[in-house]
Amino acid sequence: MSAGFFGKRQDVSKSLEQTDRQLPWVEKYRPKNLDEVSAQDHAVTVLKKTLESANLPHMLFYGPPGTGKTSTILALTKELYGPHLSKSRVLELNASDERGISIVREKVKNFARLTVSNPSKEDREKYPCPPYKIIILDEADSMTSDAQSALRRTMETYSGVTRFCLICNYITRIIDPLASRCSKFRFRPLDNQDALERLRHIQEQENVSIEDGVLEEVLKIANGDLRKAITLLQSAARLHSTLATAVDEEGDVDATDTADRVTIDSIREIAGSVPKNVLKSLLDAAESKQFQKIFNSVEDAVMEGWSAVEIVNQLHDEIILNDSFTSEQKNKFSRALFETDARLTNGTDEHIQLLNLVTKISEAV
Amino acid sequence: MSLWVDKYRPSTLSQLDYHQDVSKRLEALASSGDFPHLLVYGPSGAGKKTRVLVLLRELFGAGVEKMKIDVRTFQLNSRKLEFNVVSSPYHLEITPSDLGNNDRVVIQDLLKEVAQTEQVDFSGKHRFKVVVINEAESLSRDAQAALRRTMEKYSKNIRLVLISNTTSNIIAPIRSRTLLIRIASPHVDDIVGVLDTLCTKQQVSIADDRTEVLQRIALQSKRNLRRALLLVEALAMQNETLTKSTPMIELDWESVIKRLARDIYKDRTVSRISQCRTVCYELISHCIPPRIILKTLAFELLHLVQHTKQQEAIIETAAVFDERLSLGTKSIYHLEGFIAKSMVVIETL
Ligand SMILES: Nc1ncnc2c1ncn2[C@@H]1O[C@H](COP(=O)(O)OP(=O)(O)OP(=O)(O)O)[C@@H](O)[C@H]1O
Ligand SMILES: [Mg+2]
Repeated sequence: MSAGFFGKRQDVSKSLEQTDRQLPWVEKYRPKNLDEVSAQDHAVTVLKKTLESANLPHMLFYGPPGTGKTSTILALTKELYGPHLSKSRVLELNASDERGISIVREKVKNFARLTVSNPSKEDREKYPCPPYKIIILDEADSMTSDAQSALRRTMETYSGVTRFCLICNYITRIIDPLASRCSKFRFRPLDNQDALERLRHIQEQENVSIEDGVLEEVLKIANGDLRKAITLLQSAARLHSTLATAVDEEGDVDATDTADRVTIDSIREIAGSVPKNVLKSLLDAAESKQFQKIFNSVEDAVMEGWSAVEIVNQLHDEIILNDSFTSEQKNKFSRALFETDARLTNGTDEHIQLLNLVTKISEAV
Repeated sequence: MSLWVDKYRPSTLSQLDYHQDVSKRLEALASSGDFPHLLVYGPSGAGKKTRVLVLLRELFGAGVEKMKIDVRTFQLNSRKLEFNVVSSPYHLEITPSDLGNNDRVVIQDLLKEVAQTEQVDFSGKHRFKVVVINEAESLSRDAQAALRRTMEKYSKNIRLVLISNTTSNIIAPIRSRTLLIRIASPHVDDIVGVLDTLCTKQQVSIADDRTEVLQRIALQSKRNLRRALLLVEALAMQNETLTKSTPMIELDWESVIKRLARDIYKDRTVSRISQCRTVCYELISHCIPPRIILKTLAFELLHLVQHTKQQEAIIETAAVFDERLSLGTKSIYHLEGFIAKSMVVIETL
């Protein structure tokens, strides 16, 4: 499949190729059908069955960012209706659309109760074209619970002709009466072999030359967020390809061979992971129990612009997994880390909160 | 006559004096067509904006410097909302804090408008327009959520560059959709280097121990380049020659807070609290953000108190009231609360 894909591309007119080249890779490689969705076996298997049986329940997709929720539903509707019929059968509303209670009452309800349009003969031959419409409420986390309540009746009343698909990051943001009307699909962080294959596919298509272990590192840093992983890979590839041409111009010989290879180090650097020595200097300061030392090390970290959330996450890994601390100490650390994390999410000052955190850790070591 | 800060703003990546590695990375991104959305973060005064403007120039050429400011009005129910948009043929720049709670609708409206108009200039290298969002940390949650699908759907026509002091306020789905670029504050040596070049150009007379004189200025500015540049210009206007003992100019509001800290430290009484409140009101009315007041005051107190126990208690108190500032609406209460609590700490520990 991939060979044909590539072969065809070269014939396409220049301008099209250019637009394509300007697409960020995350969009360029958005799965076009269910088969291309990696690592969400459960969801994909169930949904594929619906392609055959033409029956579909109301659905609720939930999971962290970049795990394929939006891509999956878009791929499914494409496979169910084809590009043409989708226009009249699918309504997609996301957080950028007005979705207050009045819209739910009018726009959604009006669409839900429409009788289904008839597919053309062509569409019927190529696609299953089941006799219902689909309403996608993407990013439903941001809908108020009032608006969600208003959906309840609509969902039941028109279930003969309309199916709903709700998508969110946190299932707890969806009110119970809605959630209980849906089949739930959990989208897992992508950190397995399957996700790696997808990344490798992209790397091969784009001709990125890499050092061993780079893709694994990318996935690890992205924490199962495939979108982040793809963006990282793209940025690393760009950085290295221009560095390589720079070497070329200076007349260096085999620049292509090693110089433009993406390395694990450069991935870490681009990802903005906090380097070990920064974490160490914070912990050393905490252990010294000297306030001035703590103050200075925190100030340095803040001035270097390291993200406080990132520091909290990495400090967590660093000290909670460290067996030289007692359980009691770890309890205290966890509490401090958790408190800081919560406060940072509330938009507090990184400098004050980090200083407090390291002071707290220092009290407990 | 423009300030030196503006006059000497570099306009190409190679003119940037420090953080060469970041410049190289931005150059690499600019030279390829398919660049991702960016989230540029780092402390204030680190040079985030300068770097973004330079990146735009690299992308589109000198045309981006033909900027104009439009006042747009936005009809919201019965109210009219006015805000500024800086734009060039290739990009657009907005500051959401101008918009208050209505940032979601306004930004959506603006982005959809940009997305639907194709780039007019086909000689340009890129098909997309760049939308720069300043102070992205103050975007409301709703506004951020609204950006999610927009960033994906319109990625043919739009690239976003978010500029923010922190990444903590940016919701995870947005972080997932951007490439994070960290800009560290310049080091004292970096600042000395920049000041050195500038003083030569402006023919500022400096006593023999040039490096030492400049170092003093750099240190006073706390790794904030903008501050250092403003300071050196002010000093140069007031003095014939800069020397090691030229008195530094302290910012008014900083001296006020320093005095406030000393008063709190020495006189821990109820009547003092009410005097402090007047000072806080005054600071707020001079547009000093309450969070900056809290932070500066807390750090001053940390330097005044002697015992580790007291220092620990003060930073803990500051952390608590910092959060209350975020959650509450009346900042004066929380500032006052912090002051009262700090007095108790100093009195009892
Ligand atoms: N399971 C997957 N298989 C293949 N590609 C994926 C998968 N998950 C994510 N991607 C890649 O990441 C991009 C974003 O995925 P998608 O929009 O589906 O995420 P999402 O789960 O909707 O995230 P969010 O919660 O942030 O909206 C896709 O365009 C694709 O390139
Ligand atoms: Mg999505």
